Amino acid sequence: MHDITLVVNGVPREVRVPARRLLSDCLRHDLGLTGTHVGCEHGVCGACTVLLDGEPIRSCLTFAVTVSGREITTVEGLGADGPSPVQRAFAECHGLQCGFCTPGFLCTTTAFLRDNPAPTDEEVLEGISGNLCRCTGYQNIIKSVHRAAELLAEESS
Amino acid sequence: MTTKLFGEPVRRREDARLIAGQGRYLDDLGQHALAAAFVRSPHAHARITGINVDAALEVDGLVAIYTWEDLPPGVAEPLPLLIPHPALTHGRTAYPLARDIVRHVGEPIVMVVAVDRYVAEDVCDLIEVSYEFLKPVVGVEAAVSGAHLVHEDVPDNIGAHLVQEVAAKDGRSAAEAIAAAPHTLSFRLDIERSACMPLEGKGVYARWDADDQSLRVYSSTQTSTSVRMALAAKLGIPLPKVEVIAPDVGGGFGVKIVHPWPEEVLVPWAARLLNRELKWTEDRREHFISSAHERAQVQHVKVGFDDEGRVLGLSVEILHDHGAYTPYGIIVPIITSTQLLGPYKIGAYRVEFSSVYTNTVQVTPYRGAGRPQGVFCMERTMDKIAAFLGKDRTDVRAANFIQPDEFPYDQGMIFQDGRPLIYDSGDYPESLRKLKELIGWDEFPALQEVARAEGRRIGIGIGCYVEGTGVGPYEGGHVQITSDGRVHVSTGLTSQGQGHETVFAQIAATELGVPIERVSVVTGDTRRFGYAVGTFASRAAVMSGNAIALACRKVREKALRVAADALEADPRDLEITDGMVHVVGSPSAAIPLATVAVLSNPLRYAFDEEAKRATQFAGSADMNRPPVAEGEEPGLEGKDYYSPIRSTFASGMHAAIVETDPDTAEIRILRYAVVHDCGKMINPMLVEGQIHGGVAQGVGGALYEKMAYDDHGQLLNASFMDFLMPYATEIPRIETDHLETPSPLNPLGIKGAGEAGVIPVASVIAGAIENAEGFPIDRMPISPSELHELRVRPA
Repeated sequence: MHDITLVVNGVPREVRVPARRLLSDCLRHDLGLTGTHVGCEHGVCGACTVLLDGEPIRSCLTFAVTVSGREITTVEGLGADGPSPVQRAFAECHGLQCGFCTPGFLCTTTAFLRDNPAPTDEEVLEGISGNLCRCTGYQNIIKSVHRAAELLAEESS
Repeated sequence: MTTKLFGEPVRRREDARLIAGQGRYLDDLGQHALAAAFVRSPHAHARITGINVDAALEVDGLVAIYTWEDLPPGVAEPLPLLIPHPALTHGRTAYPLARDIVRHVGEPIVMVVAVDRYVAEDVCDLIEVSYEFLKPVVGVEAAVSGAHLVHEDVPDNIGAHLVQEVAAKDGRSAAEAIAAAPHTLSFRLDIERSACMPLEGKGVYARWDADDQSLRVYSSTQTSTSVRMALAAKLGIPLPKVEVIAPDVGGGFGVKIVHPWPEEVLVPWAARLLNRELKWTEDRREHFISSAHERAQVQHVKVGFDDEGRVLGLSVEILHDHGAYTPYGIIVPIITSTQLLGPYKIGAYRVEFSSVYTNTVQVTPYRGAGRPQGVFCMERTMDKIAAFLGKDRTDVRAANFIQPDEFPYDQGMIFQDGRPLIYDSGDYPESLRKLKELIGWDEFPALQEVARAEGRRIGIGIGCYVEGTGVGPYEGGHVQITSDGRVHVSTGLTSQGQGHETVFAQIAATELGVPIERVSVVTGDTRRFGYAVGTFASRAAVMSGNAIALACRKVREKALRVAADALEADPRDLEITDGMVHVVGSPSAAIPLATVAVLSNPLRYAFDEEAKRATQFAGSADMNRPPVAEGEEPGLEGKDYYSPIRSTFASGMHAAIVETDPDTAEIRILRYAVVHDCGKMINPMLVEGQIHGGVAQGVGGALYEKMAYDDHGQLLNASFMDFLMPYATEIPRIETDHLETPSPLNPLGIKGAGEAGVIPVASVIAGAIENAEGFPIDRMPISPSELHELRVRPA
């Protein structure tokens, strides 16, 4: 067993885990942050995407012990005071149905728009092409990403 | 402020929690529960000769290991055959844990309970099962050869055989009509397996309350009420002591309507036995090899037609692969057989299917549920007739359409609900007109010429369908207005992302005249509503939507009655606006619904200021009547059910333009257009969302997804690495237009929309590729390498 500290959504969390504990399971079952979802456990669907020091990673392919001391942002930490612009955009544009893949899309989009605040259609497609959704057909997710870019621009102006 | 919300693109009420990571999906519950894991068969067909658990017993954290022999009567029996049918003469279902023989890779053999899933899987790895191999049967044609049997007592592996025949108006049979037709064609079509693949797999979490002798089960299911009844029966627990709740469900698409799954019986059983909370969460590999698949059929078609392309006789023989077991009966091939007819009048029709066993995962409905195969058959037939006659494909379809003045139209068959296949309403010529305009059908040949001159291959395809939606037998709704003015709506069927909390709230807000913010909706929780069927067949909006509307009308009537007393007015002069009951044209004579709720419940005890108004010395009671009048009930609430005489029939037409790469045979969808008629729309934004999602699944089924079984019955692509579900990069932008032909069958005039998007996609894409390439496409899905093979094969 290993004692590790994860800085999750700005809060240092101490937790004792076996070396094989996946970060996704650690977040969900040790820390009770069940917003991060597990859709395949082999790194393809992207539902488990969280931000590690700001960069999107697959938490289902990451051992919790390997990220001790690092900053992790989960869907629960995206909004500071109410939902973030990205979260609001998804609700506004009907960018989710069952909602299971949504936390992964929200984390991915948050990092994507930080790096590319005014993406083209092609860039949006590329930006979300590592996340599977079985409900929406993606059209409204693409719309949501563009809308989030608008909301972020409004917010920073 | 308006409270007329029916028909408006109201934003979803589910989203606030889902975007915040505050949803409650199955695996989010029971954080301290024990975990179950299963040893599953690695072989497609084998006799179990021994199970050795010696090494497994040493694992720290193990709680229990169960095999079939440990199961008590009831639990040990085969799982139910949910939908019996006289033609299903050899229905077979699995034991919850395999007894002696395993019949597909993934069949559960041993259940392990441990402190967590990691430990449970460690234990599974140490359990040794020995097998004597039996010959696997893979593919429908191998199955009907009868060389090897999936079930020893099922000859030729045929579980069901059904012939339905509708004679022509002149009494001729399909064979006679085809023989006498000016032109005939015969051909074979193949459709591969795919699967629902919700991003959340199945799961079940059970809590036994030993003091109360009651069971609470959470399941990621499409039918909590029926799971409850099955569990009460299997476990011998009185029904009132069992409650089943579908929490947030991460997609269903059909697979979660099947019940009870082995795990759905075993987990509650073991939870009670161990008196410990117990949970099982399906992982992705388990979902691939032990849930359910659909689609696979081989179809042999003969058609006779005249010079105009009118079909005079159609004969279809279907071999349907239902996998190793038939828990859901033969619903899928029945739907294929009946919905194959689409929007057309066929002179004489004969359809025969054999539903056969193979050593593969069982087949149960996947969004569309047999319709994509039926539509593939009929639409390929229409295209072939057009090609033969040298006619425009849309003209051939139009020549066969049922006309708007011919409804209700009786197709002369029995539908999946056991009732006559009678279409309620529709306007197919208008749909076609809209679609041709949307996609630019008439302008396409010129575009194609231009592209051809540039060395590009583009093609256009079209597909039409009719979808029986809103099948019975019934759904119910309960509506209660509490003394705080809030409206609590519940219905028994479940939600998997459709947005029921929103659309049912729209209906309630509109019917009752209250702001939607005051309405809350609960679905799939047997504590709130015990009688229901489930969410499938695009039925939730039709069935529960109408039931809730009817329940609201009862509540409204009572509210007006109570308010009329208080206002000393005639109830007929009252209306409700923004939560206030008032005299029409006199807003000052008004009373809030909250107060009406208080007055509707004569009280002895005041629990707050407002409640004092209803107590016995408040002076408001008529001394000549009992406090609760005869035929009345206390409280402002109502319940009602909607049970239709038969299904509603939604319809639609899709068209696509594709481009095929002359060198690599890559297939790209350039445009995709949908015209859709689901009757009156409750929320057009959500209807569009359903269409988008359906089309995306259809594109997956047309170009990417198939279950690749080898001859040994091993599923070679049981992961998202190898089973190619489309990402955003594979899905075209979908252009939509709507037609609203109200259903005359229900008070709201609605039809369902859930499955529509997926139904015609494979036929549309096949037609478009065929148009681009100039040779027939009779097998779906099609990959670039398969297209290449077709190009180079000798003519």
